[in-house]
Amino acid sequence: MPEEKSPKDSLRILIVDQNVMRASVLEDGLREAGLSNIVVVRDMQNLMRRIVDNDPDVIFIDLENPNRDVLEQMFQVSRCVRRPIAMFVDRSDTDMIEAAVEAGVGAYVVDGLKKERVKSILDTAVSRYKAFSKLRDELERAKEALAERKIIERAKGILMKERGMSEEAAYALLRRAAMNENRRISEVAQSVITAARLLK
Amino acid sequence: MTYSNIIVGFIPLLDCAPLVAAVEKGFAAAEGLDLALMRETSWANIRDRLIVGHFDAAHMLGPMAVASSLGIGHLQVPIVAPFSLGLGGNAITVSNELWEQMTAAGARLGADPATQGTALREVVARRERLKQPPLTFAMVYPFSCHNYELRYWLAAAGIHPDRDVRLIVLPPPLLVDALREGQVDGFCVGEPWNSLAVSAGVGRIVVATSAIWRLSPEKVLGFRLDWTQRYPERVSALVRALYRSAQWCENPANHEELARLLAEPRYVGAPADILQRGLSNKVALGPGDHPRDIPDFYVPARHAATFPWRSHAVWFYSQMVRWRQIEFDPQHVALVEATFRPDLYRLALAPLHVELPSEDWKIEGDPASSTGFFDNRIFDPRNLRAYLR
Repeated sequence: MPEEKSPKDSLRILIVDQNVMRASVLEDGLREAGLSNIVVVRDMQNLMRRIVDNDPDVIFIDLENPNRDVLEQMFQVSRCVRRPIAMFVDRSDTDMIEAAVEAGVGAYVVDGLKKERVKSILDTAVSRYKAFSKLRDELERAKEALAERKIIERAKGILMKERGMSEEAAYALLRRAAMNENRRISEVAQSVITAARLLK
Repeated sequence: MTYSNIIVGFIPLLDCAPLVAAVEKGFAAAEGLDLALMRETSWANIRDRLIVGHFDAAHMLGPMAVASSLGIGHLQVPIVAPFSLGLGGNAITVSNELWEQMTAAGARLGADPATQGTALREVVARRERLKQPPLTFAMVYPFSCHNYELRYWLAAAGIHPDRDVRLIVLPPPLLVDALREGQVDGFCVGEPWNSLAVSAGVGRIVVATSAIWRLSPEKVLGFRLDWTQRYPERVSALVRALYRSAQWCENPANHEELARLLAEPRYVGAPADILQRGLSNKVALGPGDHPRDIPDFYVPARHAATFPWRSHAVWFYSQMVRWRQIEFDPQHVALVEATFRPDLYRLALAPLHVELPSEDWKIEGDPASSTGFFDNRIFDPRNLRAYLR
């Protein structure tokens, strides 16, 4: 049974993050907010065991961490933990989830914890995570995709100019060549660019 | 031509193949889609980012779509699956040490699931007599076919998955090391992870899940219900693109190229030769084992593999009830069935004039078909209560 705890600092918070810097940024933020009962887990071995031993009220985990699915099992195996843990309880929590996911952090709270309390803790985590990550890896992925798209655009441009084709026809030609040669469109596009440069 | 954007999240596994080929071989572009694939690290992220709208669709565990529609363990957000991302592709692998004990009890490489299960039961019983700690098996997510297939096999062999062994969740990239270090004694996972454990010399594949349930469902393409209502054309276009892409993935002539594509770090990031084994249904079961034919090990398109059978969704629900993830409620059934959407599949493919199944439900283990469970139990979706007893 969840025991009622009134002083704010008695809340037990567990931070699961392999990034030492980010974990301490979050830890500092929570301490500034008056929470002192914080454990940071960096060693992912026997994660469930660590959680059971610490019996936290709130768990934060970075979204780059594949171990997030390990935590998800706790929704199911309630006998593993003393108190049931859920991510959030009702539909109105979608905004909270969205803010957390945007910031790159997953949050789990013990069932029955007062919502206003969860919200202020979560807000702290979200702002600390945002400051740290800024969806860094997504930018990289987007850059990669953009680079490929640029190559295809350039190749289309060359075909349109050199062969008087429409944009659609140029793309269709690249696509057909890719199919026939068992290559990727971006590879074919790259060879069109290379060839054009050689022929200049 | 203007392209409609569509962002799809995926997990680096063999069965993301139709998504990768749809981008790389131009099937998505041919349908007017600018398909962007986003690699994810956990199933929980896939679900959350689909729910909050970062992704328009996702490579999703079939049971996860059902769990989300029912609101088990998380928010209730209706997810719909108008397309199945193939059948099979999973296997159960055990550590070298456990394999030694199992062979002493009668297991043989490549034997049927009943033989392997009987051997495992003997090992489990002996450990209990010797007061040794229970064996630990890992799977990838509570609402996954891996969880249910592993449990099905254990239970059919007389091993209670919650009492006689310990079942934990571990993410696939950690499984091979966990097996090597003795953290787990076995696991059920999708390719390439079983073959990677074999090739690292740390495990033996004891059962391909296609031998537990021939032509069993696995991943689906999941959308938020409201998104499909808002962008019906994009849903149809993506279903058509993936239908063609899955056909291309099925063709053996393309397996080498497909394996090479999947091997890239931005997709699955595993050695191409290992990925190719899974694609071509030729799997090496142990270190030094010559790859053997495993019929229908992974089926991207044949046998109506892309059709989202409503009965598959109902079977997932039956397992959720069986393993007490949810209490049976007759009112759930309509929600469960509405998660898989053969109607959207049919609508999307109508212009292609291809042959489609005439029904939305089927009986698993029907003696007239080649599908079914190794213990010959029959699953009739119209008779769920009887199946649950």
